[in-house]
Amino acid sequence: MTARDLLPIAVFAAVAALLPVFVTSGTWLNFAVFTLIVTLAAQGWNILGGYGGQYSFGHAAFFGTAAYATALLQVRFGVNPYLAFALGVMAAGLVGWIIGLLSFRSGLRGSYFALVTLAFAEVFRVLANASAFTGGAAGILIPLDVRPGNFQFASRAIFYWVALALVVAALLITRTLERARLGAHLVAVRENEDAARALGVDALAVKLSAIALSAAITGAAGALYAQYFLYLDSNIAYGTWISVEALLGPIVGGAGTAFGPVIGGILLHSLGELARKLLGSVPGLDLALFGVLLILVVRFPPRDIPGLLRRRARR
Amino acid sequence: MRSFPIEIVGEAVLNGLLTGAIYGLVALGLTLVYGVLHIINFAHGALLTLAMYGAFVAWHTFGLDPYLAILPLVPLFFALGYGVQRFIIGPASRGQDSNILLVTLGLSIIIENVMLAVFRSDTLSVQVDYAMEVVELGPMLLGYPRVVGFCVAFLVALLLFVLLTMTDTGRAIRAVAKERTGAALVGINVGHVYAVTFGIGAACLAVAACLLLPFFYVNPRVGNAFVLVAFTIVVLGGMGSVPGALLGGLFIGVVESLSGLYLGDSLGQLGIFLIFILVLLFRPTGLFGAKA
Repeated sequence: MTARDLLPIAVFAAVAALLPVFVTSGTWLNFAVFTLIVTLAAQGWNILGGYGGQYSFGHAAFFGTAAYATALLQVRFGVNPYLAFALGVMAAGLVGWIIGLLSFRSGLRGSYFALVTLAFAEVFRVLANASAFTGGAAGILIPLDVRPGNFQFASRAIFYWVALALVVAALLITRTLERARLGAHLVAVRENEDAARALGVDALAVKLSAIALSAAITGAAGALYAQYFLYLDSNIAYGTWISVEALLGPIVGGAGTAFGPVIGGILLHSLGELARKLLGSVPGLDLALFGVLLILVVRFPPRDIPGLLRRRARR
Repeated sequence: MRSFPIEIVGEAVLNGLLTGAIYGLVALGLTLVYGVLHIINFAHGALLTLAMYGAFVAWHTFGLDPYLAILPLVPLFFALGYGVQRFIIGPASRGQDSNILLVTLGLSIIIENVMLAVFRSDTLSVQVDYAMEVVELGPMLLGYPRVVGFCVAFLVALLLFVLLTMTDTGRAIRAVAKERTGAALVGINVGHVYAVTFGIGAACLAVAACLLLPFFYVNPRVGNAFVLVAFTIVVLGGMGSVPGALLGGLFIGVVESLSGLYLGDSLGQLGIFLIFILVLLFRPTGLFGAKA
């Protein structure tokens, strides 16, 4: 990675890190943390969907697996929360790899891949909802025990910085991937899988690495969600909402670009919040707005906002 | 595994078949759209939700029986489907598979959340005096609304078959499904046929919604429960196959009913999803044949 790669990330990190200095209201910090968690999930989706062109509609499977693993390891086995977090991320990566192995080996692409990932997420949701081990429909609570050693902080600002650090880490990972051989192969597979294969790219191995990495990053978002809100149920962890959120950010902000999910995530949630402020809190209104935006960005290319701005600037 | 007397199992199988016919009707619209437009319509479930709210409003505000509501809702949904394909999905997708996925996903998000904004998340249902009536078949009791649903679903499938095989519109639809370029060359307006097909798919949903409402409930997310079931049926029956959709619907209805009986309601749906995943992984062209 060069200085030119690092500079925008450093600037973003520095500016974003200052936010809690100016914003002290609990609701706003809460909003900011939630936006960062969703952005992190979207950064995961972007690896597989944006760079790899494999559109998953079921990233909830990874978000939820890591979230449940983090919570269950702490509650049922008394594992240290930081270790539980790491294990949760690894569990999500593993689940991603297995789902990838099953689907990609069967040659599923495009719509079929989207459908099968959606179905996997639903299977997990039904299982988590029915099993006593995961707390069933009532869900699972991580007991409140506010100590830094316990990954629970009295101040929301600290959580904000933790979430930001993870988002920045995902940015660095994405940039590194872009510059690495794996990233080049992944884009080659996206653009033309048969041609990539003909040039000696092991498409299956490339896609498997991508889905494992993608799942792990989205998993980190899920584990952080569990640790921040300290409560989970099957509809939160494995619900379609997070699968949708994970792909909205990159699609709106620019799929297959490092900053796409970040720009998209922040833009969408700011718009959603603005709509709530202007129109009162009608449930579902912000999501309906996201849906309109999704159609508009697909309808009017270029799909990424930076691309649009560059175009403007050139004129 | 628990064992049940044969009448209970038989009743579960029959009830599964009855519900399965309506599933088949939902899947019919999906498979028709796939067969002709080659798109997977993620908004199918949300359109079903919309139709169910339509039937609910017809009953609640205008006092119209859900079965009678079929008459206004079918043309309405045909027009809606026509417009959605012609003016939203068609132009926005620009012929790319991934764009269609995203546009129909966007549509489903919009419909679901506008319903949420209008009707809130409450679960609603209609009260009709025949909801609890039963039809006796030997020792087995079958719910009257399910029996009606079964018969009407098959009637609609028959009508659709007649439409596709014996009318000019049907011939145009089949021509476009087989060979789009050739159909365009002989003067068929492909964009129009696409929109008509989508409209027919939506009209099937309107019928299914009216048949479901007397024994089911409606909330903004109700379509999601059906959409994966419908996808399962469609991949099982072979994407684009009309008889496959009906057979698949009956089969899935029985599977759901039996796994509900033996595994309990919460795990009952699991059987369907597992079938879905297995078919997709190992036989994506469907069990009943149609080649992708």
